[in-house]
Amino acid sequence: MKLKRGIPLIDQHDQHGFWGGKFGGSFIPETLKKPVEDLTNEFKKLRKDKRFIKKRDHYFKNYIGAPTSFVKLDNLTNQLGGAQIWAKVVSEANGGAHKIYNATVHALICKAMGKKYIVGDTGAGYAGKMLSMAAKKFGLKCKIFMGAKDIKRQKPNCDAMRKNGAEIVPVYSGSQTLVDAVSECMRYWVSNCDNTHMCVGSTVGPNIFVKICGWSTAQISRELKVQLKSEFKKIPNKIKLINCVGGGSSAYGFWSEFIDYDKKQIELIGVEAGGPKNSKLHAAPLSRKTKIGILHGAASYVCQNKEGQINETESISAGLDYPGVSPMHCFLKDTKRARYTYATDEEALNAHQMVTKFENLNPSLEPSHAFAEAIKIAPKLSKDIIIIVNSCGDAKKDRDILRERLGKK
Amino acid sequence: MSSLINKAFQNAKNENRPALLTYTVAGDNNKKRSLEILKSISNYADICELGFPHNTPIADGGQIQTSAYRAIKNGIKINDVFSIAKDFKSKKKNKPIILMGYYNMIFQFNENKFLEKCKKSKVDGLIVVDLPYPENKSFAAKCKKKGINFIQLVSPTTSEIRLKKIIKDSHDMIYYISMLSTTGGILKVSPKKILEKYSKIKNQNKSKNVVIGFGITEKTIKSLKKADGLVVGSAICKEISNSINKRQNTVTNVTNIVKRLKNKIK
Repeated sequence: MKLKRGIPLIDQHDQHGFWGGKFGGSFIPETLKKPVEDLTNEFKKLRKDKRFIKKRDHYFKNYIGAPTSFVKLDNLTNQLGGAQIWAKVVSEANGGAHKIYNATVHALICKAMGKKYIVGDTGAGYAGKMLSMAAKKFGLKCKIFMGAKDIKRQKPNCDAMRKNGAEIVPVYSGSQTLVDAVSECMRYWVSNCDNTHMCVGSTVGPNIFVKICGWSTAQISRELKVQLKSEFKKIPNKIKLINCVGGGSSAYGFWSEFIDYDKKQIELIGVEAGGPKNSKLHAAPLSRKTKIGILHGAASYVCQNKEGQINETESISAGLDYPGVSPMHCFLKDTKRARYTYATDEEALNAHQMVTKFENLNPSLEPSHAFAEAIKIAPKLSKDIIIIVNSCGDAKKDRDILRERLGKK
Repeated sequence: MSSLINKAFQNAKNENRPALLTYTVAGDNNKKRSLEILKSISNYADICELGFPHNTPIADGGQIQTSAYRAIKNGIKINDVFSIAKDFKSKKKNKPIILMGYYNMIFQFNENKFLEKCKKSKVDGLIVVDLPYPENKSFAAKCKKKGINFIQLVSPTTSEIRLKKIIKDSHDMIYYISMLSTTGGILKVSPKKILEKYSKIKNQNKSKNVVIGFGITEKTIKSLKKADGLVVGSAICKEISNSINKRQNTVTNVTNIVKRLKNKIK
């Protein structure tokens, strides 16, 4: 299994859609074969279409607000007394998280395909909120599938979705979280694929959805590359790019331009959700030894039992609370290009507290997992090392959880 | 030698009616009871489909999901599914049984071992919901080698070129999904339209047995009786749920519904 240079990772799969011969693919019911094939052809065409790219860049700039800023966290750096800590503040993007890139691209594709309805899944509610925003912007009718448990714990985002005119469909099956929302969304698409476009909220699902999402979030690393060059005059010699990983869309977007670099120069570190400190449950398929399984149409490392039933996961962060992970991250793990670890709920909460105390930054619980790793390793590293954390979401949505756990107002 | 599945269709044809296929979930609502239900309904059904439940089903509607979750909650394991099948076949050796489920269960068990177990349990066929053509080519070939029918699915969205390829690669039976829906949806397409598409499939190769499934209930079954076979699943699972809720005998109630279904297509 080997990574290729000079080819975007989203295109390094074989004819059946597998990365490294075993991750990804399209394990879908026959009914979805045709809509998936249509979408694949459309995307192939659009990504080569200069007018489409122009349109995308126009909305990325004028609607999403690209580029998001790249800042040094001086206080945190001084406090930890080791490596420099920087942040790519992706949470500045319209809506408050990276999910807007994928949502905007899907809405544009939906329009291009002449479909009037768009549906999507959501965990933390960001993917849903952004899809509802994009749908409103482009005049599409929108339905969002969301686990009943997540609806309760991420109320601010639900309010936003409703305000944007989207219908939230609560999912009561299974663990009532993201995994069930994705299943229900796919089932809805099976029944309505003739007039409805489906957006998968992360770099997961059947091959084409992994590609579209990765193609969309790659904007983050394109911006960062330019910003690095302007800040340091060249790409520095020792960089660590730290990102949280649930499905893995923000991490892929943050890394995509840098995968070709030697890992001695640019190390990629993914931080999964370790769950509560003393719990056996987690959402960390890459860092806590799981086997390859098939979930939501793709093969990846999956939290599952011996029989192949998908395990319940647990994490304080709804956006990372998912038993599977992008096939591209499985490939990056097995080729040893990226390193994956996890942070517990408590570590993420501590990191959130520390970052908000020292910096004018309010990372949501998802990137707080990445900050936890940065805080852990920075003191042991020398000052010439540059740690960059993707602060990919804003903590407004976590208001209720933070109040409950930290007494924050 | 003709397969038991082929023979079942031939028997139905001799009686001038479509074959009746039932679907129940192994272990619903427990291991012993699901075997009893299977044995009892097989007196009226021509072919029995037995689902091996998965907790993340992407193509099943509410009724079958409920049955699957109930079975898993009551502790059903994949080896129990095989033992139910084996037990059933030891009593009803000429009644074909088809296992149906999602690929991850087979993948975790190991394809070869799974097929070996199927063979030992005398399973006649397999339907894998999320392993479409052409991804299923190598697995389908393995099935054939073991004398197990791999049943290809075809849907209203299947293109003509694809249809030709799928039929060419199919074994004795083809499953036509009546409409764009998960299992258990309300039949939203007219029977006439469904039968038109059915004929298109059937005319490609008359020797293949083509069954129609999804949305078939006591109300709709008669309108589709021209088909080689008709599959009823969700209506049966729903009856199991109802019987449990009313504390009535599931075996009797489910058998009655299958009996009534059979009478409607005689």
